[in-house]
Amino acid sequence: MTKNKSHIVLKTQDLAIGYTSKKEKTVIASNINIKLHKGELVGLIGANGIGKSTLLRTLTSVQRKLDGNITINNTSLENYSNINLAKVLSLVLTESLGSKNLTVFELVALGRQPYTNWVGSLTSKDLQVINQSLFQTNIDDLKHKKCYELSDGQLQKVMIARALAQDTDLIILDEPTTHLDMYHKAYILKLLQNLAKETNKTILFSSHEIDLAIQLCDTLIVMTKDTVITGQPSNLIDKGTFNDLFPQDLIVFDNKTGSFRVKK
Amino acid sequence: MPDTKTYKLPFIILILVLLLCFCTNISLGSVLIPFKDVFNGLIGHPTENVAWQHIIHEYRLPKAFTAIIVGSGLGISGLLMQTLFRNPLAGPFVLGITSGSSLGVALVIMGASFFGGALAGVLVSKWSIVIAASLGSFIVLLIVLIMSNKVRDTMAILIIGLMFGSITTATVSVLSFFSSAEELQQYIFWGFGSIGNLTWHELFIFFIIYILGIILSLASIKTLNTLLLGENYAKSLGLNVKMSRLLIIIATSLLAGTITAFAGPIVFIGLAIPHMTRQVFNTSNHKILLPAVFLFGAIIMLVCDTIAQLPSSDLTLPINAITSLIGAPVIIWLLVRKRKMIF
Repeated sequence: MTKNKSHIVLKTQDLAIGYTSKKEKTVIASNINIKLHKGELVGLIGANGIGKSTLLRTLTSVQRKLDGNITINNTSLENYSNINLAKVLSLVLTESLGSKNLTVFELVALGRQPYTNWVGSLTSKDLQVINQSLFQTNIDDLKHKKCYELSDGQLQKVMIARALAQDTDLIILDEPTTHLDMYHKAYILKLLQNLAKETNKTILFSSHEIDLAIQLCDTLIVMTKDTVITGQPSNLIDKGTFNDLFPQDLIVFDNKTGSFRVKK
Repeated sequence: MPDTKTYKLPFIILILVLLLCFCTNISLGSVLIPFKDVFNGLIGHPTENVAWQHIIHEYRLPKAFTAIIVGSGLGISGLLMQTLFRNPLAGPFVLGITSGSSLGVALVIMGASFFGGALAGVLVSKWSIVIAASLGSFIVLLIVLIMSNKVRDTMAILIIGLMFGSITTATVSVLSFFSSAEELQQYIFWGFGSIGNLTWHELFIFFIIYILGIILSLASIKTLNTLLLGENYAKSLGLNVKMSRLLIIIATSLLAGTITAFAGPIVFIGLAIPHMTRQVFNTSNHKILLPAVFLFGAIIMLVCDTIAQLPSSDLTLPINAITSLIGAPVIIWLLVRKRKMIF
């Protein structure tokens, strides 16, 4: 296997996630062992409330881990300063923008913030990276539009371009396909697949589009009530991992088509 | 089309308008001075009437400079607040910062009698008022910010700001019940707002604190642009959100606090100026907005002052009345044209 030889960007060891309050620890998932390689597209799937967001929040240092280790490029997550973390990890979140009066170009340019001087001036290198990001996400023609003029699908592409402009080894997206129609869901995930290949970045996203994720991802992280399983989609299908994803009273996984069907 | 607009032409026009307003402001006043003599007075040539020279140098010039500082400072502090809270209705007045200053000043002017006669003289100096107003605004802003972390709902923050206004009003009425008529009058006159009675010496101190606030605001330009994405994105871009928020708050309270201290609680300018600016400069980039708000604020305040002194009459209207008369309609107009509230 060539994959094992390639560089590991994100690694977790016996990671436990959850919440701590004064009285007790609420463990949502534990014993999470993930290895993400360079240039991989990784999907994170699981039912609602299973802890996908908590896992992503923990991996992005928004929330504290309960136990175990997270390393990015062989450096422990705690050892990154804000600014250094911003140079290896960029995010696309579900929350709406603070201001939509920015032009697409300005918004993507904000991705260069970790590299610019105190007043945020763009150098020729910054401009080159920004234009490349716009080109790679096919939004060159939108660059002078205001963000409030964009459709949800276009805006999502812009947010991905912004993360690209941040020039990080790892991009994490929280449910990038919500609010999008079927075509744009496929479009965004296909775009992510191409980007992972072309730019050799590791892209991790959470999604409910299980059938699309099975078709497009190199690796899937499947969260079920008891365990977190990582593997190639075809292997996971063979193992029957998807059968346990949801309660089986309503939908069942069809191994042949790689998608769920409603029980008749 | 370039990738980022520079708005050179509007800036040149605004600078010319500012110069024009400055000259008009100095030329007009309760005493009619011919324009030729105003010009002579400005460049230090003898004027026909010696008193005119004195009026221009000791009265009109400091007043015009104060107007520029007050207008630009309040405008910028409003802009900082609107971006920090991501709320187009935020401003030093709505968020209770001005109320905090008023409370500080009320405590000093009317509370002084509680501390006994000898101490009262020391307390009610100009400087104690300045310090009280700045402290008051800083404390209120800090409380609003702590609460904004807890409630997260921007409308709730505005209501909290209004509540601080009520607390101030209530405290002031309790204090005024126990204070002398003179003290009450002193407080009320301070509340009218006035930019006309600063000496050059006071203006100098005022200017230094103002410049500190402006420097902090300039240093926050990149932070402010990052905050446009929302706090979580800002953090993912390497921003130390807590630290930057504190810097923006200190800048705002330095600006709004000292302006309120020296010129009284001038309303609406802080809220209205950034919106007026956005009508011309349709951008969210603070590298453009900050200088534009500076120019707009200075111009509007000079115009308000020119109107307030009712040229060629002995009367001077309270500056607060004029800024409200201009500011309130602007806000109503913005609410009606809701699409433009995107900021």
